[in-house]
Amino acid sequence: MIEAGGGEERIRQLMMSLLDGELNASEREELERLMAADPALEKEWGALVRLKEVTGTMSFRKPPDQIWEVYWTSVYSRLERGIGWILLSLGAMVLISYGAWKGVQELVADAGMPWFLKGAILATVVGLVVLLVSVLREKLFRRGRERYKDVDR
Amino acid sequence: MESCLVEGHEVSERSLVLRAQSGDREAFGELVRRHMQRAYYAALGLTGSHDDALDLSQEAFVRAFRARATIDPELPFYPWLYQIVRRLCFNFLRDRKTRRRRLEAAGPWLAEEIRVRAAASDPSRITERAELRARLEAAIDRLSEREREVLVLKEFEGLLYREIAELLEIPIGTVMSRLYSARRSLAKSLEDVL
Repeated sequence: MIEAGGGEERIRQLMMSLLDGELNASEREELERLMAADPALEKEWGALVRLKEVTGTMSFRKPPDQIWEVYWTSVYSRLERGIGWILLSLGAMVLISYGAWKGVQELVADAGMPWFLKGAILATVVGLVVLLVSVLREKLFRRGRERYKDVDR
Repeated sequence: MESCLVEGHEVSERSLVLRAQSGDREAFGELVRRHMQRAYYAALGLTGSHDDALDLSQEAFVRAFRARATIDPELPFYPWLYQIVRRLCFNFLRDRKTRRRRLEAAGPWLAEEIRVRAAASDPSRITERAELRARLEAAIDRLSEREREVLVLKEFEGLLYREIAELLEIPIGTVMSRLYSARRSLAKSLEDVL
């Protein structure tokens, strides 16, 4: 039932409800009275009725039945791939960190290299590791614990 | 992957949600099977593209599985899932690049009811109806996301105002206002053929 009150908003709501068969008898009479008194409203109503007739003959185009047979398999594969990416990322993170650590050790042990060059390489490697860990932590943990990340606000 | 039906007794949605929350993928698979068509058509109504609807609805289930700990088993599953579907679709539509690609590649996503097709045996009438459908699709595509969503839920999913209001968590008055605005725009776009 539409809330009592005046104005265009109420008339629009009455028209929508009548069009969709959700109007009671007294509201229907009220709208018919309003339309009889206002030719512009009656004209608009006519256009809406014709539009409803067109949309009423349309429905969603059905996809091939086969997509339903493989739908869950596709979702399952995506879930597996998600796990694959997490494992790959974690593995790559460990390997890169280990490789970087060994590389730095060798650089530090190299007596022929100037100290400022060693420092620059060390800073670059540590910076890359910090950035990598930070990005992965954000992707894997923070987003995973955001309860409402998929809810439209 | 076997069905979650036990000797003809359908497992309750609540039970499936609880099992899915404990990591049972088969239970989640049954939830997918129960809601896949509705999720697909919801995405189709919002994007107007079969491929995108398939991709986005499947992605919604993947995200639903990852966020399964936040599902309330006492509430119906679909309204919760729908929030993910619509969010994904809106984000997709807001991406200008994908929108351009979608408009270029989109095929028809509406079809005439079989009874109407059967009645229109005249070839010129069939062509006329096909053009009308194409113009209707184009006009729907020009609606705002919110108007389009309400229109699709009402016209093509056949939901009542109350059901749309519950699904979108908006007042019934807002449902009717958006619907009016959508229909007025469509009527204006199709003025010469209505």
